[in-house]
Amino acid sequence: MTFSEFLKNNIVILDGGMGTLLQEEGLGAGEYPERWNMSHPDVIKRIHKDYFDAGSNVVSTNTFGANSLKFSDDELEEIIKRAIDNARWAREASESKKEKFIALDVGPTGKLLKPLGDLDFENAVEVFSKTVRIGASYGVDLIMIETMNDSYETKAALLAAKESCDLPVLVSNAYGEDGKLMTGATPEAMTALLEGMGADAIGANCSLGPKQLAEVAKKLLETASVPVIMKPNAGLPRAEKGKTVFDVSAEEFSDELARLVENGVRVAGGCCGTTPEYIRALSEKIKDLTPVPVTEKDFTVVSSYTHAVRFGDTPVLIGERINPTGKKRFKQALLERDMDYILSEGVRQEEKGAHILDVNVGLPDVDEIEMLTSAVTELQTVTALPLQIDTSDSSAMESALRRYNGKAMINSVNGKSESMKAVFPLVKKYGGLVVALTLDENGIPDDAEGRFKIAEKILETAKSYGIKKKDIIFDTLAMTVSADNKAALATLSALSRIKCELGCHTSLGVSNVSFGLPNRDAVNGVFFALALENGLSAAIMNPYSAEMMKTYYTYRALKGLDENCAEYINSADLFTSAISSTAAPVKKEEAFGSELQRAVIKGFKDKAAEITSQLLNSVPPLDIVSTEIIPALNTVGKGFEEKKVYLPSLLMSAEAAKSAFEVIKTFMSDKEKTASRGLFVIATVHGDIHDIGKNIVKLLLENYGFDVVDMGKDVPSDKIVQKAIELHAPIVGLSALMTTTVPAMEETIKMLKEKAPWCKTVVGGAVLTEDYAQKIGADKYAGDAMECVRWAERVMKGEE
Amino acid sequence: MMNTVVLTETFPEPPFSKKEIIRYAGGGECDKETEKLLDEAIAEVRDALSYKVCYCELPVRVENDVCDFTAFSVNSRDLAKNLRECDGAVLFAATVGSGIDRLISKYSRISPSKALMLQAVGAERIEALCDVFCKGLKPRFSPGYGDLPLDVQEKIFGILRCDKHIGLCLSRSLIMSPSKSVTAFAGKINKRGSL
Repeated sequence: MTFSEFLKNNIVILDGGMGTLLQEEGLGAGEYPERWNMSHPDVIKRIHKDYFDAGSNVVSTNTFGANSLKFSDDELEEIIKRAIDNARWAREASESKKEKFIALDVGPTGKLLKPLGDLDFENAVEVFSKTVRIGASYGVDLIMIETMNDSYETKAALLAAKESCDLPVLVSNAYGEDGKLMTGATPEAMTALLEGMGADAIGANCSLGPKQLAEVAKKLLETASVPVIMKPNAGLPRAEKGKTVFDVSAEEFSDELARLVENGVRVAGGCCGTTPEYIRALSEKIKDLTPVPVTEKDFTVVSSYTHAVRFGDTPVLIGERINPTGKKRFKQALLERDMDYILSEGVRQEEKGAHILDVNVGLPDVDEIEMLTSAVTELQTVTALPLQIDTSDSSAMESALRRYNGKAMINSVNGKSESMKAVFPLVKKYGGLVVALTLDENGIPDDAEGRFKIAEKILETAKSYGIKKKDIIFDTLAMTVSADNKAALATLSALSRIKCELGCHTSLGVSNVSFGLPNRDAVNGVFFALALENGLSAAIMNPYSAEMMKTYYTYRALKGLDENCAEYINSADLFTSAISSTAAPVKKEEAFGSELQRAVIKGFKDKAAEITSQLLNSVPPLDIVSTEIIPALNTVGKGFEEKKVYLPSLLMSAEAAKSAFEVIKTFMSDKEKTASRGLFVIATVHGDIHDIGKNIVKLLLENYGFDVVDMGKDVPSDKIVQKAIELHAPIVGLSALMTTTVPAMEETIKMLKEKAPWCKTVVGGAVLTEDYAQKIGADKYAGDAMECVRWAERVMKGEE
Repeated sequence: MMNTVVLTETFPEPPFSKKEIIRYAGGGECDKETEKLLDEAIAEVRDALSYKVCYCELPVRVENDVCDFTAFSVNSRDLAKNLRECDGAVLFAATVGSGIDRLISKYSRISPSKALMLQAVGAERIEALCDVFCKGLKPRFSPGYGDLPLDVQEKIFGILRCDKHIGLCLSRSLIMSPSKSVTAFAGKINKRGSL
């Protein structure tokens, strides 16, 4: 019998702890347990055999940390081979009559993935692939990915397993006392991610005892449509006479775990502190239990690295602002690769109440594969909202889906066979909820019937790829009502039929409906309400639109979805401000001359932007810069240099100035650009992953009119040099935080001197000093951001 | 061979010292705007903080400049001086978690002033956690202090298995993530020791 067949109809008993037993056998502190496969094979064999004898169906190889980050390729292969040999010996030697399988055990790498750490996602995939390939080639029955405390690393491991073998894959995470992974994911979010990618069973192990894990088990059982795994610790450890002892006995452990099995857990075993005695007790207690059938959960969800968003309970708002269509400023940001602008659009929409963010960065002259992937990964550093990957380029879609930390929403597929052929395999491989547009080779049908037919066709094709109905969400296409006065009705009717007859969720890009009409917002708001009443689950919309948000909050209050109307009441400000937008404009005369300067000096971001908008009605933009913003910045900068103004205040002023500049930039987008003070390439050097200092310098340089090319953190020397040559950059600024990364800085400077001799270098960072900077050949050491700005100004004037 | 028992403990939130935070942020006097920024930073990060420590007790024999912890030994005059009177030491790793790093990296893109303040909050938090944990122990001593080389970190991580216990990892350039973390030796004051 294969493991998959066994899993289908049985309760699977796993093994128990290995590490704690090895410690008792004398495994030393800091010693790698994996090497014991070679040095102490008898001990390993005996432990495996004891577990089989105690009733385990599955024994995991002693390969928890067997990966290429810890071991050389040769040793890695030897470890895995010998580990499997040891388990095989035990399977043959054990007289247990049960079905017996061997799992290749795969634990975390011990490194944190970017952006929190320094291990790149693709490198992590490669590390796991190597281990799985070796394991599969020596013959195991399944892959057991376990003790993962980061969703992103879990995804890398599962992806590697799926790409490297055809064996069943079990995935188990380590949840903390708060019921979440160390990096924040809830059980619901993990279910979405792992099921989407095709894990054969999912669950929890380690960290806690069976009692504390009961809540996690409950949540997994409620959400998962695959078998649930529970492999708890024997409670919490404490030290007793130099030994680790755990506080939950075999009796208590097996009682608690048997209860979880009764509730539906289908794969059970033990982790740290459990021994064959625990497994024997468990095996005894569940021997007469009938396995609870695993049922299909009909939830439509997407997830981020922290949480899942479920469709159907309440309307889901998908923010549409990350999209260049019809937005000059956004196009400019894309062409200039101004990622910060894109990220702030994301954060603003979240603040306005969006639940998911649509990400569309397609533009001629933009490398969409690279841009979409960067935008998706970088957005995940500033927002925990799930993302909707919006592109018609399937290579860009795949690249972004692969890197996305969670189960993404995908925009979109349609009824054309070419589209389904390109998109469905990606949905199947990476998981995702895909938006399906009801159009095909013949275009968009005018009537509801035609669109409904296409929806049926799409569902059927999806099924042939193994994609479930719940992972398709239909967009019945809002058409312009000014061109055809039946357009909205057709959309609504198709929507309602798909919802009622096919039982599928729906989504609409609402705002198309009002194209060509005055006061579009009013039309959009009412159309949104009608669509909701016809069963709409989600809208792709503008979260800055007061009308849309008004509809959303009002609908929820009226539909009994808003307890005590609390959210409606909280949001009421939003609506009044829309009505009374004529209130109290800033007096022009008074503002010009002092108000803006005051706002910048005081660091009032919003006020600075507001006054600047007002001023633009009567004052040329460049005059605002030269007579208002620059003098204000100079006041603050001087104060900082004289130690009368402190760093937090300096930065708040810089941000206020930036928000004023942003208003001016939007105003001038299609006219002349402001004259640049000069080009400044900036980066945190290779190996260094902290960049707050670099970002502070960047902000101030931008304030003072420099064009800053920000290469980010952990940037290899050759990339920095390449960029300096490509742009013929007059200045490169480098930051390093640790003594261990200063050599990378030194190397970068040396390469720059050689290959870009015209380029001046300035360095800064916690560990640097004037002497140190000189020693590594930098032209300038800047003790703080202002010093860097002043020096850069002198360089551009030719004074340095 | 000796056994090393590594234990993990989660502490309640230690009280905040706003004065310390402002000092870390490079601010002398705290004006109204700075204080508002500080309050916002604390309010936003509070729920994202956890206070975790994993630790073990080690016997120590100091001879000249060598500290022999049985499982391994370290050559450092300054650490030796620090542990001279002790016959036991606590080796620990403490972290306030990755939530604050996420916020710092978020705001370093959209509001460096808030990032700076969060950075300062993190520095104050991890110090406060270490102070709570080290109560009753000798002043702690970390890799990178004095002549104690930074690469001792690799040994410490091998023994404490910080990744598994508190989610703390070491990069190839010996940078810890989450960044608001400390590893250190702290000598035990009682002469007899408990090991």
